[in-house]
Amino acid sequence: MELIKRALARAFARFEAVFEYAFGQRNTPFACLGALGWYFYWIVAATGVYLYIFFDTGITDAYASVEYMTHDQWYAAGVMRSLHRYASDALVIVVVLHIFREFAFDRLRGRRFFAWLTGLPLLAFIYICGISGYWLVWDQLAQYIAVATTEWLDTLPVFGEPIANNFLDSTTLGGRFFTLMVFIHIFGPLFMLLLMWIHIQRHSGAKVNPPRPLAIGTVGVLVVLSVVFPAVSQAPADLDVVPAELGFDWFYLAGYPLLDIVPGGQLWLYIFAAFLVLAVLPWMPPAKRVPAAAVNLENCNGCTRCFDDCPFSAINMVPRTDGRAYESEPVVNVNQCTSCGICAGACPTSTPFRRSGPLQPGIELPHRSIADLRDELVAGTEKARVVIFACDTGDTDDLEEGGVKVMRLPCVGMLPPSFVDFALARHYADGIMIAGCAEGDCHHRLGNEWTIERMARRRDPYLRQRADERRLCLSWLPRGSSRRRQRALAEFRAALSEIDDE
Amino acid sequence: MNKVVQALLYGAFAACIGYLSAAPTYQYADPELAVIKLSLNHAADRVEECTKLTPQQINERAMKGEPINECARARRPLAVELDVDGTTVLSLAAIPSGLWNDGPASVYERFAIEAGAHTITARLRDSARETGWDYEYSEEVDLVPGRYFTITFRAGNGGFAFR
Ligand code: HEM
Ligand code: SF4
Ligand code: SF4
Repeated sequence: MELIKRALARAFARFEAVFEYAFGQRNTPFACLGALGWYFYWIVAATGVYLYIFFDTGITDAYASVEYMTHDQWYAAGVMRSLHRYASDALVIVVVLHIFREFAFDRLRGRRFFAWLTGLPLLAFIYICGISGYWLVWDQLAQYIAVATTEWLDTLPVFGEPIANNFLDSTTLGGRFFTLMVFIHIFGPLFMLLLMWIHIQRHSGAKVNPPRPLAIGTVGVLVVLSVVFPAVSQAPADLDVVPAELGFDWFYLAGYPLLDIVPGGQLWLYIFAAFLVLAVLPWMPPAKRVPAAAVNLENCNGCTRCFDDCPFSAINMVPRTDGRAYESEPVVNVNQCTSCGICAGACPTSTPFRRSGPLQPGIELPHRSIADLRDELVAGTEKARVVIFACDTGDTDDLEEGGVKVMRLPCVGMLPPSFVDFALARHYADGIMIAGCAEGDCHHRLGNEWTIERMARRRDPYLRQRADERRLCLSWLPRGSSRRRQRALAEFRAALSEIDDE
Repeated sequence: MNKVVQALLYGAFAACIGYLSAAPTYQYADPELAVIKLSLNHAADRVEECTKLTPQQINERAMKGEPINECARARRPLAVELDVDGTTVLSLAAIPSGLWNDGPASVYERFAIEAGAHTITARLRDSARETGWDYEYSEEVDLVPGRYFTITFRAGNGGFAFR
């Protein structure tokens, strides 16, 4: 499994490099595939509502009403129809990439299983919605889908009389089943929205809107496509005619030709097995058990910063229990905590300057304490003139060189800004480099974003004013960029020696 | 940021969607052939004949809330056969539906066949008889390429119907 993931991650890294070059790190589509999914969903929903105004929901007039939209009103409803189709296709593209990417970058194991598991029914719903949509056009493709789908459903031992009989020939055609499809095509997407909302429940401030340039660019290109190459229907359905050659939307219908090769019952089995395999992936293999963040109430003043910064909604503020005059205290939900340490980086009591008593902040990771971090920094930094704080997840092994000390954290978001000030003010380092994931694509979601803001003195806890920014280098790079990282380090060291020469 | 590469990537995205949303086409059926669909839904006789009760007995039972039929619920399988020009192309036994096999049995078959003139014979057995058929229908038909030919069955309408 590890090997598959690594190979996939490498493939993504290579592919994404092109996109990063074209769009820049902040706007690359790969960092916001989920958000693009939401965006395309809204486009499909909005255009769908528009189409519904003109659509005739009866089986006899449905085709004509779609033809009217496509030809007589090509400039409005026609474009809407094309957008409806193309945005649905785009949704499939981004969601499939989204699944592979979350898998490749291992954002599904351990306590992160929730989004993965709730994503699976979403996948099924995308297909239910898409297939029922093609049904409504009631052209030859729709006829084929109706017959193939009902025949396939009939291989399940649940229906008495075959439901394919609804589409046996033109004398038996009834609108009942068609009406059911209209119903499914309206309520399916609504239910999907509910699932999408559940999907991001364990992500605080989930990215559901793509960056503006990407939002404008994608909708722009889809509109152009809709005008230049509008979506059209095929010949009207006629249940007495055998559909021979069909224009296929492969994003939604790629599975249908299988029905001509394998028995329908077997296909159900394969699909069921595939979902089962997907459903156990978060435990393949089980993640190492890492302790969750722990609160030390005697050092907590209830400032809520840890609560604000936790990317996984794992902290709740509850009324104070220790009788002190503060309003609230944080409680960590150990089943949701991914042990990223970002809360420790947010806590104002995580300061290495502290002298009274042992260094123990209000919240921290028991296995990677702030006191240890200070000890590690202080120990043996005489020779190290540059200290690099790097994420565990990044590839920073080859940064170790003479005069450089690499300190690894679960996420750089765990680094309290006071550590930068401390290291510089006490001359433990001439320069500090923070090496984390690409912007907008933090493995722990928000670690680099918070770090950027804290160091820029825009987010609490701020970096002290006296810290010399020229001695701080923030390096945000995607995976597999060790050479770029080395270059960044070399440039930073060169800049540092210039400052020292002044 | 590079606008040219960006434009190329957007173009590839649109081209991929535009193309794959309608092509390549899928050849579902050979337009030269006709397709026969056989669909029927029929309850065969019960495995055991029900014992005839007198009206009086029925009354008594109904008063006591007991079942007014005295027989096992299970039905026989339906035997169905289809001949085209004298050769048997389909021969099957359809199992009755329901947990106790007491419902009607269904047959739904679809297959392609050379267009043109054929003699088609459909047969069905739903009773305890060992040989022969309870229903049989034969007709010389002219199958049109690219069209469905449906064979249905309604016991009340005299059995098989070709269309
Ligand atoms: C309509 C379809 C979907 C939409 C709109 C969608 C959207 C999203 C969004 C907005 C996020 C949060 C990104 C962030 O802010 O960090 C997310 C995360 C995630 N999604 Fe989806 N998703 C969809 C389908 C799926 C499917 C089918 C799967 C997998 C089977 C999946 C697996 C995940 C995983 C593993 C995460 C990350 C969890 C983590 O970071 O801990 N999603 N998705
Ligand atoms: S370690 Fe990370 S996930 Fe856990 S409580 Fe702290 S910020 Fe939240
Ligand atoms: S950030 Fe620290 S002091 Fe503030 S509420 Fe959280 S644990 Fe308490």
